[in-house]
Amino acid sequence: MKILVVDDEADVQPLFLQRFRKEIKNHEIEFNFAQSGEEALDFLKEKHSEVVLILSDINMPGMSGIELLGHIREDFDTPPPPVVMMITAYGDEENHRQAMEKGANDFLTKPLDFILLKEKLKPYSDQ
Amino acid sequence: MLLRRIIKVIKFTTLQAKWSSILNICSIVLWVIFAVASNLLPEVYDTLFAGLCLGGMLYYFKKEADFKMVNSYIVAHYPLVAVSVVTSLAEIVAPDFVETYDDYFEIAILLAFAWIFARWVSTKKQEEEFRAVNEQNLVLDKLVAERTAALTKQKDELQEAVKLLQTTQQQLIQSEKLASLGELTAGIAHEIQNPLNFVNNFSEVSMELIEEMGEELAKGDTEEAMAIANDIKQNLEKIRHHGKRADGIVKGMLQHSRASSDVQELTDINNLADEYLRLAYHGLRAKDKSFNAELITSFNPTLPKVNVVPQDVGRVLLNMFNNAFYAVQQKQKLGIEGFKPTVEVKTSYPAGGKEVVVIVKDNGTGIPEEIKDKILQPFFTTKPTGEGTGLGLSLSYDIIVKAHGGKIDINSKEGEYTEFIISIPAKN
Repeated sequence: MKILVVDDEADVQPLFLQRFRKEIKNHEIEFNFAQSGEEALDFLKEKHSEVVLILSDINMPGMSGIELLGHIREDFDTPPPPVVMMITAYGDEENHRQAMEKGANDFLTKPLDFILLKEKLKPYSDQ
Repeated sequence: MLLRRIIKVIKFTTLQAKWSSILNICSIVLWVIFAVASNLLPEVYDTLFAGLCLGGMLYYFKKEADFKMVNSYIVAHYPLVAVSVVTSLAEIVAPDFVETYDDYFEIAILLAFAWIFARWVSTKKQEEEFRAVNEQNLVLDKLVAERTAALTKQKDELQEAVKLLQTTQQQLIQSEKLASLGELTAGIAHEIQNPLNFVNNFSEVSMELIEEMGEELAKGDTEEAMAIANDIKQNLEKIRHHGKRADGIVKGMLQHSRASSDVQELTDINNLADEYLRLAYHGLRAKDKSFNAELITSFNPTLPKVNVVPQDVGRVLLNMFNNAFYAVQQKQKLGIEGFKPTVEVKTSYPAGGKEVVVIVKDNGTGIPEEIKDKILQPFFTTKPTGEGTGLGLSLSYDIIVKAHGGKIDINSKEGEYTEFIISIPAKN
């Protein structure tokens, strides 16, 4: 399963790579990273058919996660549409609502609970 | 005739309630005396006697201060007295003369009576007018008293309102301070969350990795174990890095929230400006992560330390920076091609060494000419409702000019740039 992680914080990469060490080793999941909404869209333009799941932070400089979500739903809606999960700061109700409105599949809060994340990914990895 | 005179006197007394009892008695006595006298004396002496009595009474009344009011009335009786005395004397001395001219004498007496009557009427009228005026005065006095009471009540109410307004103003100023602090803490708390998340996550991951490393070592795969050990080392480095990040942010926040004492301390303005610039930037980015601006700093290394209240001057700089960021943000929203929001801080120590100058310049929306002299006024703001209290610049003015004896100058071109020049006296 190809997962695209979008977050402006660079240290997110080693975190994911280490947390999913086993899964990566077993070729269950492959991670790609983008540090901005723009970067993510550029990546998707090329590799969209392969990417199954997108994990995006909401609070980013430049294009926000919500905006990115909007673009994904508009530009890359050829079925099956990619699953998009939004990550946001604890207690951010407004963003939660907006994300759901724009068509996010799921929602996670920071700090990321990786065990919960792995649970949420399970149904998609069984495809 | 006598009776008439006495009646007049009595009527006269009704005007003086105080004397009424006494005078009533007197008139009765007089009646008696006259009755006796007229019986005893020959007729001619009657009139004379009466006239003299009347004269005596008048004289007495005139003397009494109490009767001053009816003085004119008393005077009115004089002619009668005069005429009756003359008549009676004439009768005694030259009865024939009197007989001949009896008519004239009669007329004279009648005229004297008429005169008294006329005066009586006019006096009465005067008195009525007097009373009417008195009553009016009483009514007016009452009105004035009522008005005064109403005005005093209004004055008290207004004083209360003024007190309430002053209290409210103080509260608003306080809440502006708290709001600016609150905005900052919200932004900063947000900013701290990221580093803290990393600290937590990398710690957890490292614990997992150590377990794995144990397994690999048990298997004998030292290469893999070394690789994992390397990862752990990197993680710890990241934990340190993010921990320091959070530490720096908290320190900055504590500095800002330190209860504002009025204690002046020697402060490095360059450091202060740099610190608060970063605080302002953090705060704004936390609220609006899409916010980006270029920060240019040019700090004069020869700047001496100045005696200021650091939190207060810091607050002023913070306000200036926030305004600058807001301005460039607004201009960016206009979507002008190639616009790069820039905020510049420059410190200088002009020749003469009298003052230290901090310039905050932005290439934002600028200040329109019409509102240039209003912006330092309390509660004046161009921001939409709820976004700004309008107290930032007026508080800054209070701090720099009133508390520190400095200056704030403003240069601006609408649509192009704004420049705030803060001068603080440097005591050598």
